[in-house]
Amino acid sequence: MKVTAKEVKHIANLSRLTVPDSEMEKFTEQFNQILNYADILQELDTNGIVPTPYVLPISNVLREDIAVEGVSHEDALLNAPDVHNGGFKVPRVIE
Amino acid sequence: MDLYKSSAHELHEKLVKKEISSVELTNSVYNRIDQVEKDVKAYLTLDRENALGQAAKVDKMLANGEKIAPLAGIPGAIKDNISTKGLRTTCSSKMLEHFTPIYDAHVIQKLRADEAIFLGKTNMDEFAMGSTTETSYFQTTHNPWNLERVPGGSSGGSAAAVVAGEAIWALGSDTGGSIRQPASFTGCVGIKPTYGRVSRYGCVAFASSLDQIGPITRDVTDAATVLNTICGVCTMDSTSLHEDVPDFTKALTTDVKGLRIGVPKEYYAAGLDPKVDGVLKKALADYEAMGAEIVDVSLPHTEYAVITYYIIAPAEASANLARFDGVRYGYRNMKATSAPEMTTASRTEGFGAEVKRRIMLGTYVLSSGYYDAYYLKAMQVRTLIRQDFAKAFEQCDVLLTPTSPVVAYPIDGKMDPLAIYLLDVCTIPVNLAGLPGISVPAGFVDGMPVGMQLIGKVLDEETVLRAAYAFEQSHDYHKVMAPLGGK
Repeated sequence: MKVTAKEVKHIANLSRLTVPDSEMEKFTEQFNQILNYADILQELDTNGIVPTPYVLPISNVLREDIAVEGVSHEDALLNAPDVHNGGFKVPRVIE
Repeated sequence: MDLYKSSAHELHEKLVKKEISSVELTNSVYNRIDQVEKDVKAYLTLDRENALGQAAKVDKMLANGEKIAPLAGIPGAIKDNISTKGLRTTCSSKMLEHFTPIYDAHVIQKLRADEAIFLGKTNMDEFAMGSTTETSYFQTTHNPWNLERVPGGSSGGSAAAVVAGEAIWALGSDTGGSIRQPASFTGCVGIKPTYGRVSRYGCVAFASSLDQIGPITRDVTDAATVLNTICGVCTMDSTSLHEDVPDFTKALTTDVKGLRIGVPKEYYAAGLDPKVDGVLKKALADYEAMGAEIVDVSLPHTEYAVITYYIIAPAEASANLARFDGVRYGYRNMKATSAPEMTTASRTEGFGAEVKRRIMLGTYVLSSGYYDAYYLKAMQVRTLIRQDFAKAFEQCDVLLTPTSPVVAYPIDGKMDPLAIYLLDVCTIPVNLAGLPGISVPAGFVDGMPVGMQLIGKVLDEETVLRAAYAFEQSHDYHKVMAPLGGK
């Protein structure tokens, strides 16, 4: 087994998710199934192979430094779950 | 006459000749939706009032003798991960159930400029993660050829709408096959353009190095027509290609004499349904009879493509979907008493099982200690897969493969995630290499459509379209309407 239920819990926490205890066993099993299958990549010698993050030969794409109109205050708040005094309202962050 | 059955290019002719009006056409499609949508369930949102208003506008333009664009006044459907200003865009997720975009995607801006009509937004796998449209939070779409089978995915709603007569054309998006596989399963045409041809601005990001928007249509001519409209440079997408866009409809000739069609043996391996294989062998024989040359080629790293994709795509997805934190938009758990608890609870309740699985898989392969073994390794294998294609294209102009090793299977949710992933073997390598690929109807197996995939060189959509068009024109598959049977 590549990962235990405890490790799955840790990964879930890093992902800001929770896996309910009732689903943990099945979830861990499916997770391991995929990771075990990934072992076939180790058959390949990739020493010195340049990785491909993107297929295009582009790096930094810059535009002219001209101010353009951004998102309006009203639009920015349009889909907000909770608003207070023209800002996004969230539960307490610090005690 | 049932206008909803026609192709976009036929309807354009009729509009220009004033034989029909756009309002009449749009009403015909909505009437069809009223009749069959309860069985197909292709749409999440309909926008009847605005669509008919737009149709009336085009009719006025025609009455004034103005020249109209090929898609003007022609109603289409938009996959629900493409931003439409003021029209709900959910990605088939509870997370975005009440989300209304504040801007249009680049492709929508272009289609609006051409006065195209948007009927509504189509169902999909949640955040485009899936191959069946079953991972949608809202509903399962049914295959119009057999309502008890999946339409494929993730653009299953768009494909089903097109073949059920509920849209004349549609947009989908394709990260690992999500346009081509549903096109294959439902018997229509779907093309994934070269990576960078179409702007991703306003397409809700799944895996940014793989995502591409593309057309789903009844025939190849319509695919070329929609592609003409949506391609082009966009300053809001840093991966948008600064390349000239040809008139793709000019590539549509039936002359394939001397065209070298490569047949990669790895795509005809174990797992391919022998009956699907039979349909493809017949297609190859047809091409040969039309004067094309069939060349055996090899893409030796094909067997590594699926897992390479299922490392890279979740890695990118885990980063892209980190934006859903319950703060600025999307679902929020209102009971949480601290901000971190609110974020975790909102994400846990807002995302479905498949999305969570991929976010976690991506988080794992990017995490300290596993990055080199999984993510870096996968990016290196991606290079090997690209090199395979480059070598194959030294011997041929286009590759012919199955789009999927199987035809559409029953809606029962019984398959393991890994078993479903492995069925993406024919489409995934094309995204990893950033190449253009099309799925075109090639025949039937037990009453279900079979698609064949044609893969081209980078930026060579024209050869892909020409090969597809030549085949289509020598057969009648694109003229058969789906029977809405099986129940």
